[in-house]
Amino acid sequence: MSSRCRTNNSFLAVATMLALVACHREERHNEPNPFGASIKAGESPPTIIPGTAPNSPLDPRAADYDNNAPAIAEGQFLYTRMNCVGCHAHGGGGMGPALMDDKWRYGGRIDQIAATIAEGRPNGMPAWRGKLTEAQIWKLSAYVRSLSGQPSKDAVSSRADAMSAGTPATLTRREPVKNADTAGR
Amino acid sequence: MLALPLCACSIQHYQSTFSDAAVEVRQFNTLFAIFLIVCAVMYSLVIAFLVGGIVRRRRAGEAYVVETGKHHETNPLMRIGIMVWGATVGMGLIALAIASFFADRSMARAAANEKLSITVTANQWWWDVQYNSADVSKTLRTANEIHLPVGVPVRIILLSNDVIHSFWVPSLAGKQDLIPGRENDISITPTKVGLYRGQCAEYCGTQHANMALVVQVEPYGDFLKWWQDSLKPAMKPTTLLAQAGYQYVTTRECAMCHTIAGTSAGGTVGPDLSHFASARSIAAGTLPMNEANILRWVDDPQSVKPGTKMPKVPLRPAELNAVTAYLETLK
Amino acid sequence: MSRDDPKAVEAENRLLEAERKKLARDGPKLRGAKLEARLEKTWRRPPGFLGWLATVDHKEIGRRYIITALIFLAMGGVLALIMRLQLARPDNNLVGAARYNELFTMHGSTMMFLFAVPVMEGIAIYIIPLMLGTRSTGFPRLNAYSYYMYLFGGLMLWGAFALNIAPDIGWFAYTPLSGPQFSPGKRADIWAQMITFTEVAALAAAVVLVATILKCRAPGMTLARMPLFAWAMLVVAVMIIFAMPSVALCSGMLISDRLVGTQFYNHFEHGDALLWQHLFWFFGHPEVYIIFLPATGFVSVMVETFCRRPVFAYPVVVLALISTGILAFGLWVHHMFATGLPRVGYSFYTAASMTVAIPTGLQIYCWLATMWDGRPRFQVPMLYVVGFIVTFVIGGLSGVIIAAVPLDLELHDTYFIVAHFHYVLIGGAVFPLLGILTYWFPKITGRMMSATFGKIGFWILFVGFQLTFFPMHFAGLLGMPRRVYTYPAGQGLELPNMLSTIGAFAVASAVLLFVINGVVSFFRGAPAPDNPWDASTLEWSVSSPPPVYNFEHIPVVESRTPLWDEKGDLPVATGLRVDDKEMLLTTVVAATPDLREPVAEPSMWPFIASCATGIFFVSSIFSPWAIVFGAIPTALAMAAWFWPSETQRHPEPVIG
Repeated sequence: MSSRCRTNNSFLAVATMLALVACHREERHNEPNPFGASIKAGESPPTIIPGTAPNSPLDPRAADYDNNAPAIAEGQFLYTRMNCVGCHAHGGGGMGPALMDDKWRYGGRIDQIAATIAEGRPNGMPAWRGKLTEAQIWKLSAYVRSLSGQPSKDAVSSRADAMSAGTPATLTRREPVKNADTAGR
Repeated sequence: MLALPLCACSIQHYQSTFSDAAVEVRQFNTLFAIFLIVCAVMYSLVIAFLVGGIVRRRRAGEAYVVETGKHHETNPLMRIGIMVWGATVGMGLIALAIASFFADRSMARAAANEKLSITVTANQWWWDVQYNSADVSKTLRTANEIHLPVGVPVRIILLSNDVIHSFWVPSLAGKQDLIPGRENDISITPTKVGLYRGQCAEYCGTQHANMALVVQVEPYGDFLKWWQDSLKPAMKPTTLLAQAGYQYVTTRECAMCHTIAGTSAGGTVGPDLSHFASARSIAAGTLPMNEANILRWVDDPQSVKPGTKMPKVPLRPAELNAVTAYLETLK
Repeated sequence: MSRDDPKAVEAENRLLEAERKKLARDGPKLRGAKLEARLEKTWRRPPGFLGWLATVDHKEIGRRYIITALIFLAMGGVLALIMRLQLARPDNNLVGAARYNELFTMHGSTMMFLFAVPVMEGIAIYIIPLMLGTRSTGFPRLNAYSYYMYLFGGLMLWGAFALNIAPDIGWFAYTPLSGPQFSPGKRADIWAQMITFTEVAALAAAVVLVATILKCRAPGMTLARMPLFAWAMLVVAVMIIFAMPSVALCSGMLISDRLVGTQFYNHFEHGDALLWQHLFWFFGHPEVYIIFLPATGFVSVMVETFCRRPVFAYPVVVLALISTGILAFGLWVHHMFATGLPRVGYSFYTAASMTVAIPTGLQIYCWLATMWDGRPRFQVPMLYVVGFIVTFVIGGLSGVIIAAVPLDLELHDTYFIVAHFHYVLIGGAVFPLLGILTYWFPKITGRMMSATFGKIGFWILFVGFQLTFFPMHFAGLLGMPRRVYTYPAGQGLELPNMLSTIGAFAVASAVLLFVINGVVSFFRGAPAPDNPWDASTLEWSVSSPPPVYNFEHIPVVESRTPLWDEKGDLPVATGLRVDDKEMLLTTVVAATPDLREPVAEPSMWPFIASCATGIFFVSSIFSPWAIVFGAIPTALAMAAWFWPSETQRHPEPVIG
């Protein structure tokens, strides 16, 4: 009765803001719509031209995974189970380059990371196309981006139920994304 | 032979406590019967007192009510009654507590003589089963299905890889939780040959309802034979279609997560598939095992069990048929 | 001025005395219609929407609590109907797994946190001052704050549901499933923060109730003469104060794990998943007694009135209430019998869980003895009492069954447990609730509910309830676990589930009938006299509905059943001020008049503070910095609320 009639403007404002943010973050895509072409090689930055910023458009499928909490959580699961830890540790790198810093040899956008995972890269990154599905690669890419703090903080899990591996993801500073050339700078 | 025992599921009571298939469930039923009788007696006393209070006729002026001015007095029998009632309830509860304690102790005693040891590791949403053996070459890894020899006490060690689950085969024994970071265990001594179904009994996420397991209790000789057969590597495919499927399974996405003994598929993320087709069900009780269901599951696990960790692999129809044909050969 | 100068002190005292004499007070010189008019003017709140927000009248706040809680009951009930439709047939696909998990989480959380405890608190907030013979609760502004916090918590949870971000972790949210790794996103945080809102609200209401019951009773109402419902609420309020911090702590630790990566529930870093269970159930078990004990208070009230005599063995009932309240804190591990803790320890909790049945059993005896001694009249509230006894005792006995570890290991987390707790919660709390709402409806609204439809509704509810929940005992014994969105065919589960679904719709119709009865009677029911049931307690000495100031003069009490024992008018205590809001505080045990306490004026600050706190809580779901930035407006609002004013009056001792 009376309690239904009351309005609380500030609460509505906050709720509306949350609504706009909420829908995407929490959507569970058990499987997105089957897609046609696989992740394209052309989305990597042209590494033979040093210093050129990539200007290829973002793959539309990225929107399903970037800043999506269930995708990032699945990516976290796959990161351990598919032994990305073996070369990249928990982002600090080892045999493979660090994933939590600001240097991205092959591009730090989510679709560029997905292309890297799918195609493999010189100097040891295996090609996972045909071993992982497209959706799994996208989820891994979303998670990898969280290692350097790229996604919005409400979409990342603070920590895994595992031994502590550094700053919780919700407190990780967002690193800038610098696309390096092949010289490794 | 592809078995379809889950269709013989018109067997009621294969996932039910109304069972005498193990020592533990028999103890449960005995104790439950004792409790039920005592509780029924108590309830009848309460109802009798209630009904008496409702229907009894009170002579005019006798009732201890405000209208007669006697509302601060009471029938002296009521005073005696409260002490009798308190004593009855107290003694009844003490008796039940003692019965419970004795049942508990006897279950603990039975648990001291296990001859067989199995480790069950729960995952979201399937059961990883490993038969332990002093001879390491005889340890057996399987999934979602447990074979037990009748009459032999078995100790099941319970671990979890992710969240809290609960191991529960109602026709055999009570449940025990599988808690990450803890090692729990449960003892079962099956006494009757048969097929029993269990289910995860602690809410563990989206597909908690589809995390079942099957326990087959069989004579000791049959059990040993099963163990030996299961240790053998997976059967090699004979038909062309199955060979094509073998190619796909061992070199593509499947091998990333699944192990098939004797092949190059060595993933440990998902269940061991070496003898997949001999199991009763697919995906921990979600689908009965048959060719159509294998095809349905491999084609799109997400539509059968949304949220499961197995991804939808975009297989072309030829690949799908080949993979299904190969998986069917894994007896 | 110098305090040492005796002449100056003397002069000041004389001045104050003269001032005091000039104040208008109720008494032989000022009573009747003139007194009523002046009291009305003093006590009524400012009109309009802002006045409505600023009210500190316990009757208004109590009504809001009750109506809001009943709306949540309806919403939670609709969720249950959807769940039952899904479970009516095996392998059904009306509702998918993920959605079903949200449904049972929302159903449990709504019923436990947004309905059961608040409705009990709301009824207590409304009726306790009237029953105790005073004009207000203690801490009236805290009372208002408590309602707004409750409302905001409920709106947040249901807002999340409307936005499709409902929590899906179960109403008790075990870790690690509710932890950061396995519940991505903000759903679990919303659940945990809803706990914070409702727990703050419950604590505030509990403090209000303790203060009111201990200090604000009518003169002469010693603790030994206090109505049993007030005893029940006193015990419950103290239980809330001890139990709620535990759930606040564990949900706060969960938010902390999820927001900033602490390791409370991460065993890999020396935390423990079981820590959650211990802390939650240390709250969770007393919580169900917090829900049940007020219902026992309701039953005592109704049994007394409708059997025409006070409840048999008052001291036994009081001691039973207190011992239940204390014992309830020693049982929590019986929710954890399957977790693998040491078996010897479990035996202790089996014994304790059985022991708690004894005081409850004694209370039931006392009510039945009252019926036996008295002359029961089976009007609608008394029907609910009988339904309560028949139903609750089954639930209590199934509780004794599962208190035994070997039995619980089979039955834990099955539909047997679902049957058990619905028997004790619906049988033990909702039946008395509906009875007491029918009983106090005339007092609250001034109208009588329809007795015919009340009786029809009772029978539909009683039969429907048994049909819904009795088969669940069998479903559990036949192997159906909890929280499953479907079950396979061929296990014998079809029949129990179908019966439960049919019964659920009967229960829903009965509740709907009750609500319709209430609404229609509110507008067109027979007008109610002051004391339609010829009851004995003080709330029936005022008009229906009560005036805003409750009592014209504060009554003086000389027995447990004042309206039955005083022939003619009640004796009264006079001397409270008429032009300012004032209430009489009495001593804790003997209830001798002690102080005249000024009562807070209506104020917007509780509402503003609760908005600030609400924004603080909701935004801290999303960012740890919100804890810092949100604390500032909350602190400012609280400071403004509590700012001492120069014109603040102080309590004055009662002289003579």
